[in-house]
Amino acid sequence: MNLAWYWTALIAFGIVNFLLISASVLVYAERKVSGYMQNRPGPNRVGPFGFLQPFADVLKLVFKENIVPTAANSFVHSLAPMLMVVIAMASGALIPFARGVVIADMAVSVLVLLALTSISVYGVTLAGWSSNNKYSLLGGLRSSAQMISYELSMGLAVLSVVLISSSLNMVTIVEDQGGGYGIFAWNVFRNPIGCILFIVTAFAETNRAPFDLPEAEQELVGGYHTEYSGMKFGMFFLAEYVNFFIASFVIVTLFFGGYLLPFESVLLAQFPGLEDSILLMIMQIGTVVLKASFFAYLFIWVRWTLPRFKYQQLMTLGWKYLLPISLVNALLVAIGVIIFS
Amino acid sequence: MTVSILFFVLAAAALTAALGMLLSRNPVTSALWLILNLFCVAGLYLTLNAEFIAVIQVLVYAGAIMVLFLFVIMLLNLASLPDLKRIEWKRIISFMLGMGLLAMLTFIIAHALDVMPDPLSLDLAAETGSASSLAKVLFTQYAMIFEVIGILLLAATIGAVVIAKRKPV
Repeated sequence: MNLAWYWTALIAFGIVNFLLISASVLVYAERKVSGYMQNRPGPNRVGPFGFLQPFADVLKLVFKENIVPTAANSFVHSLAPMLMVVIAMASGALIPFARGVVIADMAVSVLVLLALTSISVYGVTLAGWSSNNKYSLLGGLRSSAQMISYELSMGLAVLSVVLISSSLNMVTIVEDQGGGYGIFAWNVFRNPIGCILFIVTAFAETNRAPFDLPEAEQELVGGYHTEYSGMKFGMFFLAEYVNFFIASFVIVTLFFGGYLLPFESVLLAQFPGLEDSILLMIMQIGTVVLKASFFAYLFIWVRWTLPRFKYQQLMTLGWKYLLPISLVNALLVAIGVIIFS
Repeated sequence: MTVSILFFVLAAAALTAALGMLLSRNPVTSALWLILNLFCVAGLYLTLNAEFIAVIQVLVYAGAIMVLFLFVIMLLNLASLPDLKRIEWKRIISFMLGMGLLAMLTFIIAHALDVMPDPLSLDLAAETGSASSLAKVLFTQYAMIFEVIGILLLAATIGAVVIAKRKPV
C-alpha cells in the first residue's frame, strides 16, 4: 500500500507523539504498580490520583543544571543520550499499528528491527566510556557484553518466526497469523518456545530487571548514567521506557497476532461491510495497543517481582541455556515447516 | 536526480569519516568514525536499491563487529597517540596528486580493455537484490561454496576457543 508522503509524515508525527506520551504514562504506571505490589499507595499528590506526577518530574529535570564532568569527552557525553532516544524512537517506524498504518513498510523490516536493536548498545557503551568514571565504564561494558550474548538467541527466535511465515516483512508476518482457527494461528501457539525465548531476550536487550546489570545501583551507583544530570539523564529514562514499550509492540507483532482482532476472520465473515472501514482500523489500533499494554505491564510486573541476576548467572543463562535451546528450536521449526507445508 | 544527490552526499560523508578514522589520535574516536563510515556505505547500498545488503551491513558490521571492537578498546584502555607536531603539506599534496593520477589511469585502462561491468537499472537491481532472490542463488548455485565457508568459520571459532582456553597447570 503506497501512501502519499504527507500521510506517512502525519502517521510518523502521530506515532512519535504517542510514544512520548506513553513513556510518561508508563512511568506513572510503573510507580503505581510498584506501590501496590509493596502495599503502599504510590504517587498520589500531584493531580487526580497523582496522574500529573511524571509531568512534574519532567519539568524538574528540564530545570536542573546540566553537569558535564571535567575529564569527560564532552561531545560523546552529549551524543550518547541522543543516540539512545533516536534509536528507540526509530524502531516505532517498523511496527504496523493497523492494516496499512505503518511508516516504513520495507521488504526486510524484521532485519531492520534486529539491526536497530544491535546498534542501540552504542548509547549505553558510549555513555559509560565518555563519563570517565569507573562505575559508568563498568556499566557500559556489562551492557555491551550482555547485548552481544543475548542478540544471538533473539535473532534465532526471530528466525523461527520468519521461517513460519516465510517473509521478512512485518506486515506479512502479522497477516500470516490471521488463519482460520481464530487465535490459534498466532505464532505463540505455532512456536511457543520461540515466543518464550523472544520475551526473555527482549527483557535482556532492553536492560530491564532482572537483567538490569548495567545500572545495578548496589554495585555501580547508577551504572552508565551515573555522571548524567538534568534532561540528559531524562533522555536515558525516556529511552528506557520507549524501548520496553516498543519491545512489547514487537512481541505482539511477531507472536500475538499484531493488530489482528481475535477471531477477525469470523467477524469479517459476519459483517462484510467492516472490511477496509475506518471503524476496523480504529479497532485494530485499539487491539494492538491493548495487547502491547499487557506486555508493558508484564515488564513492570517482572521488575518488581524477581531479583537481579548475578553476572555469571546472566552469562550462563545466555550462552549455555538460551542459545542451544534457540538453535534446536529453529531447527525443529524448520523441520515442522517442511512437514506441514 | 535525488539518487545522484544522495550519492554525492553519502560518498562525501563516507570519505570524511574514513579520513577521520585514519587521522584521529584517539582509538575510541577512530572506532566512532569507522561506524559512521559503515553507515554511509549502507546508505550507498540503499541508493542502489539493495535493501538487504544495506541492512546486513548495519547488522553485522556496525551492530556486531564494531561493538566488539569498541568493547575491546575500552577494556584495554588504550592511551591516545601523541598529537602530530607538524603537518607535512608537501607529502600530503604529492600523495593526493599521485592517487588522482592512478585513479584516472586505472579508469582509462579499464575502459579501453572493456572490463567495466554494464550498470544494471535500478528496477532490475531491486529485483535481484531482494533477500529471496539472493537466497535462491546462494543456496542452489553456490551452496557448496557456502557450506565450505561455514566450515571455515566454524574452524576459526574452535581455534579461538582452544587458544583462549586456560592451560592446566
